[in-house]
Amino acid sequence: MTSVSIRNLEIRYGQHVVMDKLNLDIRDGEFLVLLGPSGCGKSTLMNAIGGLTDASGGSIHFDGRDVTWADPKDRGIGMVFQSYALYPTMSVRRNMSFGLRIAGVDRAEIDRKVAWAADILQIEHLLDRKPAALSGGQRQRVAIGRALVRDADIFLFDEPLSNLDAKLRAELRLEIKKLHNAIGSTMIYVTHDQIEALTLADRIAVMKGGVIQQLDTPLNVYNKPANEFVGGFLGSPAMNKVDGGFETRDGSLVFDTGAFALDVDDYPFDQRVESGQKATLGIRPEHINPANGSSKHYSGKLSLIEPMGSDILGWSDFDGISLSHRLSQEDHYTVGDSFPVSMDVRKASFFDQATGNRL
Amino acid sequence: MQISRNVRHVRRNGVAYMALLPMAAIVIFAYLGTMAWSVRLSFSSSRMLPKDDFVGFDQYVELFQTSRWLTSLENFVFIAVFFLSICFVLGMLLAIFIDQNVRAEGLFRTAFLYPYAMSFVVTGLMWQWILNPDLGLQQTMRDLGFSGFVLDWVVDSDTVLYAIVLATVWHGAGLVMALILAGLRGIDMDLWKATRIDGIPAWRVYGFIILPMLRPMIITSLVLLSISIVKMYDLVVAMTNGGPGTASEVPAKFIMDNLFERANIGLATAASTVMLVTVLIIIAPVLYSQYFGKKGASA
Amino acid sequence: MTTAELIAPAARRPVTSQHLWGRVGIYAFLFAMALFFLLPLYVMLVTSLKTMDEIRLGQIFALPAQITFEPWVTAWSSACTGLDCTGLRVGFWNSVEILVPSVVLSILLGALNGYALSFWKVRGANVLFACLLLGAFMPYQVFIYPLVRFYAQIGIYGSLPGIVLTHVIFGMPVMTLLFRNYYSALPSELFKAARIDGAGFWAIFISIVLPMSVPITIVAVIMQVTAIWNDFLLGLVFAGRENLPMTVQLNNIVNTTTGERAYNVNMAATILTSLVPLAVYLASGRWFVRGIASGAVKG
Repeated sequence: MTSVSIRNLEIRYGQHVVMDKLNLDIRDGEFLVLLGPSGCGKSTLMNAIGGLTDASGGSIHFDGRDVTWADPKDRGIGMVFQSYALYPTMSVRRNMSFGLRIAGVDRAEIDRKVAWAADILQIEHLLDRKPAALSGGQRQRVAIGRALVRDADIFLFDEPLSNLDAKLRAELRLEIKKLHNAIGSTMIYVTHDQIEALTLADRIAVMKGGVIQQLDTPLNVYNKPANEFVGGFLGSPAMNKVDGGFETRDGSLVFDTGAFALDVDDYPFDQRVESGQKATLGIRPEHINPANGSSKHYSGKLSLIEPMGSDILGWSDFDGISLSHRLSQEDHYTVGDSFPVSMDVRKASFFDQATGNRL
Repeated sequence: MQISRNVRHVRRNGVAYMALLPMAAIVIFAYLGTMAWSVRLSFSSSRMLPKDDFVGFDQYVELFQTSRWLTSLENFVFIAVFFLSICFVLGMLLAIFIDQNVRAEGLFRTAFLYPYAMSFVVTGLMWQWILNPDLGLQQTMRDLGFSGFVLDWVVDSDTVLYAIVLATVWHGAGLVMALILAGLRGIDMDLWKATRIDGIPAWRVYGFIILPMLRPMIITSLVLLSISIVKMYDLVVAMTNGGPGTASEVPAKFIMDNLFERANIGLATAASTVMLVTVLIIIAPVLYSQYFGKKGASA
Repeated sequence: MTTAELIAPAARRPVTSQHLWGRVGIYAFLFAMALFFLLPLYVMLVTSLKTMDEIRLGQIFALPAQITFEPWVTAWSSACTGLDCTGLRVGFWNSVEILVPSVVLSILLGALNGYALSFWKVRGANVLFACLLLGAFMPYQVFIYPLVRFYAQIGIYGSLPGIVLTHVIFGMPVMTLLFRNYYSALPSELFKAARIDGAGFWAIFISIVLPMSVPITIVAVIMQVTAIWNDFLLGLVFAGRENLPMTVQLNNIVNTTTGERAYNVNMAATILTSLVPLAVYLASGRWFVRGIASGAVKG
């Protein structure tokens, strides 16, 4: 097991700065997911950790050992790629053992390790096939097996499930999680898929523009997004965003959107806010529900219904502001209905309009 | 800091540098070095052996007073214009006709393209024989009763260039056909359906929709044909050897003759420098648009 | 009901008949063109099987009245080049000796260059490559004289190593381009995976890249065999008297004979010289077209 420590990492291609002074610490045996839209620098960061991209500045340490300039093979890493990157002319067995053969490991040991990895991944029956004769899911298992065989201290996954269909993706996602539980190695996983990130990660690093926006547990990243970008990037259906300003009314603080005013006394503010300050409210659809009596409620007019299987999503108009919200499975709704909803302000987020940071 | 980074880069990629040494040596010595020396010699008074003196543009002045050179240049332009246009139009037509779902398509393709596999020497000799007025096509036609039939292009200095263009078109039209056909086959079937639904006449579809889409293939074939004109030597040597008289001289042959038979290195290198500059002027815009045009637009 | 049935086909008829004439036109054009392209080959073949007496009748299209293989035997084993009457077989074997090492070496180097250029970061490599491509457009005449002097200096002028090196030099732009384009299309993740597996420059080249290069190598072999076999100019200048390739010998036999020309022998010799590229062409089919398309300078 190995910890990773990245200090002031800088990556430039010519004049183009991809990453500037990035710091990141990954613990022993941690499953860390780098999450972000394409072009956010997550793959570049992973390539730098793997030694496939030269750093222009800063340093990378594994267990305190400086590996900034170490060759990829000397870093003790295994890597799994989106396109599988299996060697097309070699059988599965030779694909998995290629690294060991290069390293001059003796035959018996190679056979033992290949058999062990094949057993874990249940690919024994595929060992003598060529990659072209395998399905996408099987190919990715082989690719994982190739990383396993190397006895890597750190596993790097570069969008490994993105080329698979939805069902296989869920299946392999589970297996990767089991694998992590079984072998306990440090794993770094790049993806743009929030479900993968939320389900797999011990911690998620949400990235944008070469900068880590938030590094926290999946629950915190989802429930307490550090800024507007993180709040908007995670969650499907997406978070509602409404501009407005704070005001003091009758001794308590409210957030006035023009259409409606929200009582925010229960909101756990990170910073002090002043009356008159402008902000953006971010509230997820599941935190707006049809009102059941007691709590304060707001009246909206239903304009669209989207049944999503486990949930029913509604779009309602609140005096010119359209919000998506959850509908009860039990009741029957028709477009045009007016009914009251409650908003759970404790689970909402407020973002500074200038910086986008969480308030 | 920067130095150690460079050292590390070279250390990590060192073998790749070593592997490219043969290529580097060939580019530097066999291409750039020789080119530079050729240009240098064109400014000297070298005749049989290279000399180190400098005579300015004397060789060029002499070159452009040499009627054989002027003839070769004229011939070069004539052949280039007619060969390029005929070859291109014919190859294009062949491709479009073949693309009309014809039977035995493979046989037609094979028949049109095989000349491209033949050497220029063979092409030249073959046509020399067919156009031979005493025994070839002319005689055959006269024997068939067309007593006035005249086809003596090869032996008439006014028409010998037609013969050369004919042979080169025979050799190269299949290349255009093959490339354009490959381009036509790459066009989405839905596009054809769309034009049929819109009721656009076939000639308009080809002229205004297909042709622009084939731009890369068209450029490729024109570039390949142009290279073959610039390098044209074998065909002329085999077919007419520059004759009758100097009627079918071409620049490449002029240079070779002056290098090896007439021992006039200064004049030959001046001529080759003129060719070098000509080629550069012609290909620079093509290369520029191919390599930098798109990048420039996106940057 | 019956009237409708009668009218329907009639109404369709003009369309189909117009269509039919269109089809006839298409086939007429294609057949005429096929005739134009195939005729020279036919004329050569029948001429090579005729006796000289029959040839003097001047009917080049007529089938031989009496087939004789004598000209073929003469062309192969006893046709004269000046005073030397040993036939084309000398040139044939010279061409084979030139061909084999030239093809192998130029392809190996092209693959190595393409690999180093597309997978490894070598500073300045792209500038080198651009120079190399530019060189591909230049007429050989620009390079020839300095190369001759250089070869003479190191003692390989007019020798087998000399002509092989020349073919390697002038084959390099296209071979490098061919392999570079092919390798650039391979996923870079493959290369990354191999790096993580601990493979270095040569291990990746030999265990992963070369085994994946079979298709492009076939294209390269087709292109190089055709180009080198058909070469005339380089063989003439660099091979030396002992190693003159078949094309040069063919031209000598046909164009330098004194007395009456033995056209039947000449034609047989011409066909013999084209047999290798023709066989390559007929056997390779679509690969040949692919070679032409990918050998062209693009992207």
